[in-house]
Amino acid sequence: MKTAAWPRERTEEERLLVVDPAAGTMADFAVADLPSRLRAGDLLVVNDAATLPASLQAQATDGAPVEVRLLGPAEEDTWTAAVLGAGNWRWRTEDRPAPPSLPVGCVLTFGAASDDPSPPLRATVVAVSDVSPRLVRLAFDRQGDALWSAMYRRGRPVQYSYVRAPLALWHVQTAYASRPWAAEAPSAGRPLTWRVLLEAKRRGIALAAITHAAGLSSTGEPALDAALPLPERFDIPAETVAAVARARAARGRVVAVGTTVVRALEGAAEANGGRLAPGEGRTSLRIDRDFHPRVVDGLLTGVHQPGESHFDLLQAFAPEPLLRRALAHAEHEGYLAHEFGDSCLILPRSL
Amino acid sequence: MQIEGRSALITGGSQGLGAALGRALAREGARVVLVARGAEALARVVDGIRAEGGDAHGFAADVGAKEDVHRIAGAAAALAGPIDLLVHNASTLGPTPLRLLLDTECEDLAQVLDVNLLGPFRLTRAIVGGMVLRGRGLVLQITSDASVNGYPNWGAYGVSKAALDHLGRTWGAELEGTGVRVLTVDPGEMRTAMHAAAMPDADPATLADPAVVARRLVAIIREAEGIPTGTRLEAARWTPPRLQPMAVGAALPAVRS
Repeated sequence: MKTAAWPRERTEEERLLVVDPAAGTMADFAVADLPSRLRAGDLLVVNDAATLPASLQAQATDGAPVEVRLLGPAEEDTWTAAVLGAGNWRWRTEDRPAPPSLPVGCVLTFGAASDDPSPPLRATVVAVSDVSPRLVRLAFDRQGDALWSAMYRRGRPVQYSYVRAPLALWHVQTAYASRPWAAEAPSAGRPLTWRVLLEAKRRGIALAAITHAAGLSSTGEPALDAALPLPERFDIPAETVAAVARARAARGRVVAVGTTVVRALEGAAEANGGRLAPGEGRTSLRIDRDFHPRVVDGLLTGVHQPGESHFDLLQAFAPEPLLRRALAHAEHEGYLAHEFGDSCLILPRSL
Repeated sequence: MQIEGRSALITGGSQGLGAALGRALAREGARVVLVARGAEALARVVDGIRAEGGDAHGFAADVGAKEDVHRIAGAAAALAGPIDLLVHNASTLGPTPLRLLLDTECEDLAQVLDVNLLGPFRLTRAIVGGMVLRGRGLVLQITSDASVNGYPNWGAYGVSKAALDHLGRTWGAELEGTGVRVLTVDPGEMRTAMHAAAMPDADPATLADPAVVARRLVAIIREAEGIPTGTRLEAARWTPPRLQPMAVGAALPAVRS
């Protein structure tokens, strides 16, 4: 399948393949048609995580260049991070050399930023994961205002080798991004404009949000990539729990915008005996064909291909033969794949 | 809107009205993030608020620079939580002494528009989507009476503020019914470094104390639900609903800012 190599300007004109798993049918639409594919009483749940400037260049103790990809805050003011070796964003992660050995106690130096008068940012490796020596916990040499300032001055969003030019933060934020929790963009919501979202509201479709720390898509290290997605933190507001209950009562469908929303809602329900409850948590829930969603009825997502963990997740919502047929159709019709690609709505017409 | 426990982002927070408003909102129990270009002056204001028990953070950035906008929005939400109150207070006069339009370089006009108009537009865009999703929020734009009167020498600044006023009206109309309000407030003339740069010969006795104006803005913020969204108002003439029809506005000079 062809790849979208750059964010497109008119996202509402991007394609939307609507797949009905109950009827086994599919049809082509545009993103602008999304509200008309939903009904009054349905609920659209988005991930309001903003994308972090998660990619930072650094030097290991011996001066070797490394790229640090921050996953998010961990206990005791530390951060979890994956470390990649030399090379740059034009390289596929799997082609990047391994970083040097990063034992506990070694120091990474992030250097000065041209527009930041503060001293070079440093971080000490305080733990190395059993999953992979490239997955570490870092203690930065500053906290709070100073750390966020240093991170935003030095970091940029995680880059993709297939993209035409370096991506800035504004290329990867959704129209409703709020809390900077996501290591990579929750990209299913990227094509949604406020015109589309407000049109949905006008039609009686409810909108609600969760926050989910969308993780890394790949690190290039087989053991670490096999463990993805790592446990990810989420936050479900009480308003969203109430909105789900209202949709249920109105026989509306709960539509997740992106796999991160599925993971957050189903993970929260899983952790609470099957009932959705508000609050923060972490989930390492793996969703595949054997999983029976308790909260989510359908989802808006990208066009995912067999072999991706997202494709496994979709099988909880539609049978594999139908997904393969949808993929063949999308390929034939020239749909574009990956973070800036076209969209797919998997939603049963009736529950 | 309720202020206690809410998060507020204020641009131009290292001095004058921005610093005073940060202090006033922190005293009311808000978590405050102040933005300004100068890190040292900003740190002094933040330290001062913390010293009196307030919850304050500083983020040094340039609101006129596109690359700083998502940095500001992201860091502010990380430090204080999703933003409930966004105050566009930072602005620039352009080169001083102020000059005639005929003597204004187009680059200087562009720079004034970057800071006073595009900056607030970009930052509102980056933050207000989350507010709409949560169904609440307030954007407060600080304007000037130079936005409605064509004073000689105030062209670049006045044009930027007139456009900002209209931006506020349009945001207000577009966000009607979402729970997010946009208000534009003329604070009146104050004893600030900016005023001194624009009008060095002004008699300080005729100028308002920024701390007094900040308290008035706090009152407007608290009563924001009672004010039609998109409204432009003069701080000195605004009357809290409880006190109407008493002429509270008479306490402050309502002249050029």
